[in-house]
Amino acid sequence: MHMPLEDTLGLNLLAANQHQAEHNREHFDAWRLLCLNVMSSPGAGKTSLLERSLAALAGAYAMAVLEGDMTTQLDAERLEAVGVPVVPITTGRSCHLDAAMVSGGLKLLRQRLDPAELDLLWVENVGNLVCPAEFEVGEHRKVALLSVTEGDDKPLKYPVMFREAHCVLITKIDLLPYLPVQLERIEAHIRQVNPHCAVIPVSATSGEGFAAWHQWLAAQLAAIAPAAPTALIPPRHPARLPARRPLPC
Amino acid sequence: MHEVDMTRCLLLSMNAWKQQHEPRIPRVSRVHLQVGSFTCVEPDQLVFTWRVAVQNTWLDGAELVIEPVPLVGRCVRCNATYSPDPEQAYRSPCCQHPMEEIVSGRELRIRSVDYAFSDHPADALPAATPA
Ligand SMILES: Nc1nc2c(ncn2[C@@H]2O[C@H](COP(=O)(O)OP(=O)(O)OP(=O)(O)O)[C@@H](O)[C@H]2O)c(=O)[nH]1
Ligand SMILES: [Mg+2]
Ligand SMILES: [Zn+2]
Repeated sequence: MHMPLEDTLGLNLLAANQHQAEHNREHFDAWRLLCLNVMSSPGAGKTSLLERSLAALAGAYAMAVLEGDMTTQLDAERLEAVGVPVVPITTGRSCHLDAAMVSGGLKLLRQRLDPAELDLLWVENVGNLVCPAEFEVGEHRKVALLSVTEGDDKPLKYPVMFREAHCVLITKIDLLPYLPVQLERIEAHIRQVNPHCAVIPVSATSGEGFAAWHQWLAAQLAAIAPAAPTALIPPRHPARLPARRPLPC
Repeated sequence: MHEVDMTRCLLLSMNAWKQQHEPRIPRVSRVHLQVGSFTCVEPDQLVFTWRVAVQNTWLDGAELVIEPVPLVGRCVRCNATYSPDPEQAYRSPCCQHPMEEIVSGRELRIRSVDYAFSDHPADALPAATPA
């Protein structure tokens, strides 16, 4: 005889990853740093963006990079050249980073520096337009890149990442004169699936748009760590950003 | 294939659930999932990777049953619900509004588990019963 039972779990399928992501985020909050998860299809310009932003911001913020792109040993060296520590993350054969991999990267990072001294932690995800959006790593903000060479239909064909993003950067806009695409159409399609995110057109080659992008960054940093004489006040309860909840799953 | 990673996450959740029943071992016949269509999951792929992953584990033979959940949006102008269509750029047919509110379609949920405890004493009782 068996007694048939049914348990109602109502658990997120990705609960295991979610728990680790929340654990990572608790660390980030305790260290009072802002963690960004930078995602795009392969070659949309994540590393180029980082290269330019790190060089421009190195004087203003203490930063580090967790690099999920295994093909960028050279890129890592370029990024390190501006004095920003870059820690490679071992992804195995995975097509995205997950929270456990980022936790492993954090361990390596902590051997090199005290993360409490950082303002900004960049995570460059694996180039993939599909699944990184489903695997939180503990980030406060998701930044998605879409290059103008990918065509204006991508936000509609691969909507989840653009829906989840807090900021979408339309990259490589220096190439617009040579392409049969219109910036307005790309932007409109992003807005169709995510009406309220920031959409910022940029070129890592010319630097166009970076002022607006860095302004957005500064606003996020201000939201997580309001400027205050922190030495005099006890550590506040880690401020949780009004981050968008991953939708009900 | 991210379905492999999803399956791994699912197995971790199932293992945690099994521990709640220790020392008894539940015999699972079915695991019911809800998978929204506005996710990055291919249900067929997930079922396939599940079948491979549970072989020779305590979940061997357990069937993964996936209930697809359609994408439903709510037009924030007129409050009507609608089925966002990529061909129509996900806009609401009533007011041509962008897809602002999602009512369903993002689910990745373990809804329930069908299982039983064998009444065989070896299964039903703790391994070492105090006298
Ligand atoms: N014209 C132009 N080319 C760019 C721009 N940004 C990046 N590229 C080029 O695009 C290619 C890919 O750039 P990466 O920065 O390596 O892209 P990625 O997203 O890091 O690539 P993966 O990490 O491999 O997914 C390189 O050849 C860059 O030189 C840009 O703003 N304008
Ligand atoms: Mg790269
Ligand atoms: Zn309407």
